[in-house]
Parts: sequence; structure tokens; C-alpha cells
Amino acid sequence: MSRVDQATTVNRRQLLAGGGLLVAFSLSAPGLAQLAGGGEGSAPPKPVRLDLPGSLKTNPELDAWIRIAPDGQATVFSGKAELGQGISTALLQVIAEELDLPPAAITFITADTARTPDEGLTAGSHSMMDGGTALANAGANVRLLLTRAAAEHWHLDPGLLTTSGEGHVTAPDGRRLGYGDLAARLSLHVEAVAHAPRRDPRSYRTMGRNLPRVDIPAKVTGGAAYVQDMRLPGMLHARVVRGPSFGTHLVAPQLAAARAMPGVVAVIRNGAFMAVVARKEWQAIAAMRVAQQSDYVRTAPPLPVEDGPHRLQKLAAREIIVEATRDGDRPRSQTIRASYSRPWYSHGSIGPSCAVALAKDGGLTLWSHSQGVFDMHRAVAELVGLPPEKVRCIHTPSAGCYGQNGADDVTAEAGIIAMALPGQPIRLQWMREQEFGWEPCGCGMVTEVEASIGPDGKIAQWTFEVWSNSHNNRPVKAGGYAVAQEIVPGFAPQTPAPIPMPEGDGDRNANPLYVFPNMDVRYHFVPDMPLRVSALRSLGAHLNIFSMESMLDELALAARVDPLAFRLAHMEDTRARAVMSEAARRFDWAQRPRGDGRRGCGMAFARYKNIGAYCALAMEIEVDRETGAITVHRVNAAVDAGQPASPDGIANQVEGGIIQSLSWATREAVTFDTSRRTSFDWGTYPILRFRDIPGVIDVHVMDRPGQPFLGAGETAQAPASAALANALADATGVRLRDMPLTPAAVLAALGPGAIPNPAP
Amino acid sequence: MTTTLTVNGTTHTVDATPDTPLLYVLRDDLGLNGAKYGCGLGQCGACTVQLDGKAVFSCVTPLAAVGDRSVRTVEGLGTIDRMSALQQAFCDEQAAQCGYCIAGMIMRAQALLDANPHPDDAQIRAHMQTNLCRCGTHMRILRAIHRVADAPTAGAGR
Amino acid sequence: MRAFGGTVSGLMQKRSVRLAAIIAVLAAGGALASTWRPAIAPIASPEPASFPAQVVARGAVLAKLGDCAVCHTADGGRPLAGARPLATPFGTLYSDNLTPDPETGIGQWSAAAFRRAMKDGVARDGSHLYPALPYEHFTHVADADLDALYAYLMTRAPVHQAAPANRLIPPLGFRPLLAGWKLLFLHHGPVPVDPARSAQWNRGAYLVEGLGHCGGCHTPRNLAGGEEGWHAYAGGLAEGWHAPALDAANPAARRWTPDALYTYLRTGISPDHSAAAGPMGPVTESLSTVPDADVRAIATYIAARMAGHETGDGTPRPIDAPARAAAVAPAGAVLFAGACAGCHGSGAPMLAQGRPQLGLASSLTDPDPTSASQAVLRGIEPPVAGRGPKMPPFADSLTDAQVAEVLAYVRARYTNLPAWTGLAQRVRAARKESAQP
Repeated sequence: MSRVDQATTVNRRQLLAGGGLLVAFSLSAPGLAQLAGGGEGSAPPKPVRLDLPGSLKTNPELDAWIRIAPDGQATVFSGKAELGQGISTALLQVIAEELDLPPAAITFITADTARTPDEGLTAGSHSMMDGGTALANAGANVRLLLTRAAAEHWHLDPGLLTTSGEGHVTAPDGRRLGYGDLAARLSLHVEAVAHAPRRDPRSYRTMGRNLPRVDIPAKVTGGAAYVQDMRLPGMLHARVVRGPSFGTHLVAPQLAAARAMPGVVAVIRNGAFMAVVARKEWQAIAAMRVAQQSDYVRTAPPLPVEDGPHRLQKLAAREIIVEATRDGDRPRSQTIRASYSRPWYSHGSIGPSCAVALAKDGGLTLWSHSQGVFDMHRAVAELVGLPPEKVRCIHTPSAGCYGQNGADDVTAEAGIIAMALPGQPIRLQWMREQEFGWEPCGCGMVTEVEASIGPDGKIAQWTFEVWSNSHNNRPVKAGGYAVAQEIVPGFAPQTPAPIPMPEGDGDRNANPLYVFPNMDVRYHFVPDMPLRVSALRSLGAHLNIFSMESMLDELALAARVDPLAFRLAHMEDTRARAVMSEAARRFDWAQRPRGDGRRGCGMAFARYKNIGAYCALAMEIEVDRETGAITVHRVNAAVDAGQPASPDGIANQVEGGIIQSLSWATREAVTFDTSRRTSFDWGTYPILRFRDIPGVIDVHVMDRPGQPFLGAGETAQAPASAALANALADATGVRLRDMPLTPAAVLAALGPGAIPNPAP
Repeated sequence: MTTTLTVNGTTHTVDATPDTPLLYVLRDDLGLNGAKYGCGLGQCGACTVQLDGKAVFSCVTPLAAVGDRSVRTVEGLGTIDRMSALQQAFCDEQAAQCGYCIAGMIMRAQALLDANPHPDDAQIRAHMQTNLCRCGTHMRILRAIHRVADAPTAGAGR
Repeated sequence: MRAFGGTVSGLMQKRSVRLAAIIAVLAAGGALASTWRPAIAPIASPEPASFPAQVVARGAVLAKLGDCAVCHTADGGRPLAGARPLATPFGTLYSDNLTPDPETGIGQWSAAAFRRAMKDGVARDGSHLYPALPYEHFTHVADADLDALYAYLMTRAPVHQAAPANRLIPPLGFRPLLAGWKLLFLHHGPVPVDPARSAQWNRGAYLVEGLGHCGGCHTPRNLAGGEEGWHAYAGGLAEGWHAPALDAANPAARRWTPDALYTYLRTGISPDHSAAAGPMGPVTESLSTVPDADVRAIATYIAARMAGHETGDGTPRPIDAPARAAAVAPAGAVLFAGACAGCHGSGAPMLAQGRPQLGLASSLTDPDPTSASQAVLRGIEPPVAGRGPKMPPFADSLTDAQVAEVLAYVRARYTNLPAWTGLAQRVRAARKESAQP
């Protein structure tokens, strides 16, 4: 199996002489099966080289990742997709650094089932950890091979050679050989070696710098940048005809009338799945509106209007023990019991989901913004009855998805329409109300926490229960798509399953990074899903950290200990302590204004999944006691993501996560009556707008040269909501535990006659 | 049925029914990418263009309403090689994550700067309230607009 | 939320003539009345803790019923700190600071001073207050309620903010003229209890005629800006919108039952009518927070005032005649299809979600097209808790002529009523009213 030839082995002396830092990326055994995408979706191909880091485990051949042309230009392939998180730029920086080439000399190809390695999903904040690590090492391997080829040519010790940064290997006397020449002398169709020397962080040219994102210039000047911008010759426009939300069905769709509308070329009907196809986009929309003039019925059980997420506590559940530790009975001077909850959320992508599909010559090509093009090409193949190798799925960016929104469904539906109209490219665009109505939501969840402190002011016991559906419902086979239960013959829906630790899903981050004695942490996994749900940024971490960090503040208050000191007293992880202290220092936590009835401060911390990036943040808010509205004046965050590829990219994601989290926590909730979702537009699902954005957000990215990459895309999501609840409690003395913390909820808790300066 | 309209200084003849919202005329008949479909309901601003200098939602502006008025899109502010001051400011601040809302943000902001070259922060926030960003890029968008608004010389337009 | 609406008379639109008439009336009144009122001594700001919590809580509810915050909060300003510009035909007034700031607010006002202001329209220092503060309604509020309101205001956070100077047409800035106005239009005394009516109706009367000051918008005003008592609730103007008649002439296509009114006032939308728009948005936002019984009482009283209201020809379904409308207003049909149908057309998601069709909107059946014009020009923001119906403004995308074409179309499509006349001018006038002073 191994095709490592003599030229590629590296002995230890050469390693050390190279001066490179070894980057040891070790995964504990249970993590192996969850390598890619954070355990979401299906597992990627079986690992074949367990000794290799990141996605090299499953794709060890170097030429799967890197090709060097005779002119020295490189083409690099990554299985990871640009979702707007800047990953294509960050990964470009990684590979440019380790190949030691200028970024402009590299063509970067992402997530194409016909061209790139299968790295599973782009999700779970794994892109840097898996994809970045793979590219870093693959790049180091190729650089090593090029260097060795030059060394052979010059009869010099490879340890004496360096690379110029411009695409040459250089000898001590100044002689140079270009990468193109060198690559012609060797084959990259070899497997990587485990410890190819990495470049010294002190000599970094690209990594750790803020390379301007490669995609932004087109986005500000109207360049074609999104799947929505694709225009293929003869392309037809399609719209789905459906009831208002998942689990509804139109009783009398006016398909004949729609078919007669101008420009309509086809009406697709397969079982309960219906779509109109027209030459022009506006014609398709008009035909859809005509077709949808119908009452609807609910085909699924009634929605949980009376109890919301608490419905989960009444459904059958499988209990999963997350933590069970016994550290002896300790005296308990105070015990606090609390329940926390969050509603179902919409991903709220600004651009509703869109896909382009073309069935031709017995095959099907899909252009999709799905986070999982590899799962998709297998699942859609099953759906439309083609062999997987005949279905090509090319990731094409769209608006931010933040998890599984409608992207997978719209692509599958486009595929079905395309198969019905072979030879004609089909562009299917979901409408705004269809995105709100049919996309999977972020799981509504409930926690119940009971914790005690002892006379020493430290936690004596910690009991934590969380109820959640699976967050992991990404389609991995045909039955995962909503359309699969509409067409005839259909496919049985996927069986929901939890994601095992260390990633977790409903129990993500329910396992404290803190050191607590006597922990009893359980995940009540509920298979029955009252609403259609799947992954939403940070999965269960959002509510679990909200609960944990809120309870810590409640305990700190009871113990009369400062919230920061209380956390530090229970945290041994040095990097966690470092981000907490750094955020506190930048915020001036020690001198912060104390709660005076209106203004207040709160902090929170989380290490995403306990294996991702560390994030601590503190915020100062002001509560308007007349309206209950919360203004966030300032936020200071400290993030440790290991060696940053693009510090600004990390800061961008963290700022964005903070704002999105504040929006979730203060106003968002999918609404419904018994028969349908009633949040269908931006009026019924309001999100944070400019007037309510914090005054100042400062994100400090910790400098950790050479440390393994840690995923940062989701790291701020949970702490920001928790810090808000803590700041609110500090400001007003009122502890709110059920998101959203709306003005009405704040007012109800304050009581309208409350005096501005309540006694502490 | 054909209609003429002036977009970014050029007059075009398009074969679209007069009730067609300007958004689809721009994207599908004229091949312009800047204005985007976000909701079709006039609530999110991803479709924002300028009509005689005023920021409007092109998704609810029928072609028949345009008439002789001039339409300006982000493509009319500058190109990738010669960006306008505001477009350059967005690049310099890296004011985008997914970027889907950004063209609309730029058109909305440009309308403010055209009318008031030096707005303060409160005015900018109030003016931009019509446009949604879900990725949370607001701080950078504000900083980009401030770069132009706070510049010592008149910062509007090119 | 309050503005003076003049009666519709072309001649009276001429400013000079109106001014002369007003001054004559007021001067006459002023000559008869004593214009001087004494100052009430300033007091040290009371300790917030001195007010019992339940009294403050009642005051909070009463403040919502009276909508104090709507006029006394500037756009983006601190609540109740004033400085909101109020456009009137007599110039621009700025609302006062109601927070207990000693220098710029009412921090030095005694309870008696506050009661006098509300009942007599006299400030603590003895000067007359402009009836932009609707004290001809507040004069009917019981003392105990005024004291509760006082307790609520005095326990708010003090905000140091002075309002800008009023910009009234010069002679009207002379406050003593107001004594004459009051002589004519301020009628003291409680709202009479009608023993033939239910307790709920009487409670509604007390709230509507007093704190609710509904007549302030829904009753036409005479030249001097006083409400025409003998045309109570025959409709009026408010901030450029037409407040429809709440008497038998109410234009709604379906009857306003007490239940429908309750739903509308509480949630900002009635499934049998339409969404609260313009100045009614903040009213429903406030009423969404007060006790149910009070909203029911208001609904009962107003529904009773509309007794005798006919709903046209008894057509059960809302009228929808697209072919007729397209023939009558072809240009409007095209504009509607592109600008409006995405929400208001058949098969649109809003209708699938149970929102009322346009055939039920009172603004379309109103003989006065002003509110329909404003809805199109300015749009609608979700009235209650920031969540609900949201309509974009079309002021910048549609010209006056185009708005007129759309209005002609919807009038013909969704009503069986005669066409509005002079629409383009009406739209132009409405657009001018929208401009902030």
C-alpha cells in the first residue's frame, strides 16, 4: 500500500537541521471516526495512513492536493468549501507558506467531487484543523521533494538548501532552480511522509499575516461570485410549488393554470413534489404564484405550540452519559437549581438557497453551496437513480449558510428537475418564505442544572441534563432530503443519530472544561423531531455554554466571588486561563462599572467542543428600564486558535459570531401555530439591524506561533449569549434563562414599578 | 415587448414585460450581478440600487416605474481595477464575510454619502437600518463607510 | 402622535387668512379670561423609594394608555426625555422632558403642579402649555390616576436634556393667547358615567375620552385647532395620515366588533381589517402591554360609537375584481404586479399566512385617500414588539403619478366605491406631510 520511496524518507538529523518546527497533530482514537466535518454528515473514505495529519489520513497522495506546472505555477486542491468564512484565503495562505510560493502563483480549487480530495463536510470548525493541517503538511512534503531534487542535481546536502519564496530552491552560492524544472524531474503521485519539516514561524511570509481575501474584490464590484450568478447557455428558471412550511401540502395546486402562463416550458410533478420551469425568472415566479393559490393541509403531527422546546422533555429519549465522576461527598453550603432553554432558530441566510443542475449524457452535474458536496453526490445519485460516479457536485459559493439551511434540498430538487429536462441547465431558486418554511431549523433545547458550592466557595457537585434532537441530519443518503418523502417512489427518512463525543451534538460542550468534582452530565437524545432540524452554527454548544456560564455566575454570586476569579479557581487549562485573563485585562474587568440597575457587565468563556478554539469575552450593556431594550456598549474578546493563518480572518469570524449570537439571544425564535411555521419573512423573524449593533467590538487573536490550527468559526457563538445574560443579571439583578431575552421578557422580569437602584 | 432604460449611464433596450421588477431586468436581461435576490419583499436590501440617486429596493420596483430615471448599480460605481472610494474602503476594511449583502450595503451607503458627505455615526447607523447582514459584518461596514465619511476632502462618489 | 388637523377647506389653507381668524378668536377669548396663573413653588426631587411600588406600577400602565412616551421621546432619544418635533399647522413644537431631571425635566414639580398641568394646561411656572399636550382630554383623568402617573414619572431615570425652542408662527408664540383657546375648548370635569351602559363601556369611556385621547386624532378640528365636539369621531388628520371616522361613518368593509377591535389594538393587526399603520403603530405597541380588561373596555366603547355603521352591500367575501381594475387603471395594474403583488397578490406568502386581503383595508374604502397614500409612500413597520407586518416605503421608487395609478387600481380592484378624485395632488400633499419639520 505504501508507495513511499527512498527519496522521500526523512531522517531525524535532517529534520532538526531543517530548523522546522514539528507539528504533531494527534487525535485520540475516538476522534478518528469523526475526523472530518466535526462528525456531521457521513464519514469520509476510510483512513489509510493513520500516521499522517489532518485529511492526509484519507488522501495521502501528494498529487491529490498539489500539482506544479512546468512554468512553476501551482494548482492546489482542497476538499473544503468557501462559505464566506474566508477559508479559501486562509488555506491559500497555509499552502503558499509551506510551498513557499507567492499566493498569486497558486490556483486554488475547492470542493469538487471530480477534482478535489474528499474531506467530508466543511463544518464543525474543522477546516483549518483537517484541511489546513493537510495542506500544510502536503505543502511541506512537496517542498521537501523539490528541495531533494535540487540537492541531487547539485550534489549538495539538502539541509544546505533553502527556498526563495518566489518559487525557487536556492543553493548557498546563490544558484537557483525553479519549481517547474524541479517538478518535472519527479512524481508527486507518492504518499506524504508524516513529519516533513514545516517552515519556521519566524520566517513566515504569508501565514500569520492579513492577506486580503481573494474573493472580496469581485463581491464589491459586481463580479460573478455566487451560484446565483451562474448563467449557462439555455438555462431555464425553476421554482418549487409547495405549502407554507415543512409538513404541509397544497390540496389543490393550480398546475394547469401555471402551465398556461407565458414562458412556462414545463410543470414537473412527481408525487407531491411540484415545480414550474420557465424561460425567464419573473415568468417562473409568476407561474409559481398562480400554482400556489390553494389551501394547504398539515401532513405531519401538530407543532408544539403550548410547550415549545419543553416538548422534548415529554418525548421518548435515549439517555447518554456524558460525564459521571465521583469525588466523594463534599459539604454543600448552597445549591442552585435552574432550567435554561432556547427556541428553534432559522439560519436566516440573506440569500435564499439556490442551485444549478444539468443532466447530460447520462450524467448529472450539480453546482451547489452545500457544505457537503461529497455526501451530496452520493445521496443525489441514489435519489435520481444514477451511479455515484455519474453525479458531479461542484461547490459554488452562496450567502452564508451557518449550518444546514436549504442548500442540500434545493440542489436535490434541482437535480430531479434537471433529470426530467435533460440537456437543459436548470436554475432553481428557493423563495424567501420557502427558505424560512422548509429549511431545517437550529434545535430548540432545554437544560436543567443543579450545582452546589461548598464553604470554600468552590463547586462541590455539578449535575447537568440536556434535552435535544439530533443536530446531525445532513443528507447522507437519498432519504435525508425533504423531497425524498414527496416523490414516488420515495425514500424512508434518515434515522436521526447523535454525534458521539468528543464532538457531540446536543451535548456539545456539556462536558465542562473546568474541573468540577462530582459531575453527572447526561444528554437526553430525543429522536422524535417536532420541527425539522439540523446543524446550526455551534450546535448544542450555544445552549450548553449559555447554561453553564450562567450557572457559574449564579454560583459566583452566591459565593460572593468575582465571576472571573470563580472561573479561574476551577480552570486548569493554561490556554483557557490565558484567554480569560486577556479578555478581562483588555476590558478592564477589575475596574468595570458595577451593576447600577441599568448598566452592567458580564463575561463568559468556552473552548469550542473542548478541542477547538478558545474564546473568552466580556461585555458592558445598558438596559432601558422603560422598554426592556438592551444596548450593548462594548465587547472585548480574546481568541486562541493556535497558529493563525489569517488573524484578520479569525477576527472577522469572531466579530460576526458575537453579533449573530446577540441577535439569537435577544430576539430570534421560529414561530408557529399548530399547522405551519408562521415566521416567513423578515418582519416575522427579525434579526439584529444596525441600530442595535454594539458600540464597540474588539477581538484580540492570541499569538500562538507554530501551534496546531484550532477551528475558530463557531467559537464566539456560545460565550456571547452567555455573557449577555450575565451582564443583564449584573445590571438589573434579574436572571433570565430562556432565550430570547426580548424587551418584553426583560420588562416582565423587572416589573414596571421597579426602582432604578434596587438593593443588591 | 421592449423597454428602454438607462443603467450606469448606458441606455439599454430589454425584452421584459413592464411589470418585471428591476432586479430581474438587471440580473437576467443585463447580466449584472450586484443587485441580489434576498427576499423579493422589500425587507432586506440585498437588491438595493439607486434610482435618480435615491436608494431603492429593485425587487419591488417594476420596470414600468423606471421610465427616464437613471439606474445606478454597484457596477456603475467602479470596476475591480478602478474602484470607487467606497468600494476601496470596503476592501481595505475587509468588510465582508459571505459578501452577499455587500453590494446592497454599498449602494445604500453611497446614496447617503452623495446627499451628505460627512455623516456621523448615528446618521450612518440610522440610514443603514434598511439593510440586513446576517454574518455580522456590521462593524466593518460602518468602518468602511466612516473611511469615506470622515475623509477630509469630499468623499462622495468616485 | 398628535398633530392639529385643520378642517378641509381650500380657503382656510391660505395661511394668512387662517392666522387672522385664529388671532381674532383668541384675542377675543383672551380679553375675557384672566391670562395669568401663579407659579407653584419648586420642590426637591422626591426620593424614588418614597413611592409605593404598586402605585408606580399603575402609573406605568396609565402612561401606556396615555402614550406619553410616543410624543415625549425623540427619534433615537432617551424615553420620556422630550425634544421630539411635532409638526402643526401653526409651526413646530418640541415636546417637554418628562424625566425627573431638576433643571430640564419635571424634577422640581410637585404632584399638584403635575395635576394642574394635566387638567388645566398650565406649567409649574404658571405659563400656559400648548394644546399639543391634549389636556382637553387629560382634564377628565381622575386625581388618583394622575398621582399614579406622577409616581411613575418621578421614578424614571433623570435625563438632562432641554428641548429646542419652539418654532411657531410669530404671534402664536405668545402663550397668554392660549387662555382664550382654553376658554373655548377646555371643558373640565370627569367623564360622565352612563348608568344605562355596562361597567366595561363606562371604563372604556373614561379611558378613551381621557388618557386615550383618541379624539385628538379621530375628531375633526376647527380653525383654531380645537376639536369639533359636535362631530366627535368623524375622522381627522394626524401626522399626515387620515384617522378614519370611528362613528357610524367608519369605512371598514367588515364591522368592527369589540373582539376585532381588541385584537387590533392588542396585536397591531386585525384579520378582518389590516395592520396598524402610521401613528396607530405606536398606539397598539403601548396597548399590547396594558391589562386585557382595559383594552376590552376601549374596544367596547369604540365599537359602540360605531353603532349604525353599515358594511356596504353585504358581500361576504372581500371584493377582488382584477379584470375591472385593469380596465380602469391599466398602468396601475402593471405597477401593482411588479411592486405590490409579491405580498398582496394571489398566491403570495403573506396571504397564505392568513394576513388580511386588501379588500378588507379601511384605508382603501375611506373616502379620503390620504392614509392609503401614506402607507404606500412610507411603508409599515411591525407595530407590536418589532415582529409582524412589514411593508417597504415606495416614496423613492414611485413618483406621485405612479402612486396615484396604483391607488386608482387598488380602489377599483378591492372596493365597489367610486374612484378617488385628484389622486396625484393628494399623493403630492401626502408626500409633503411626510417630510420631517
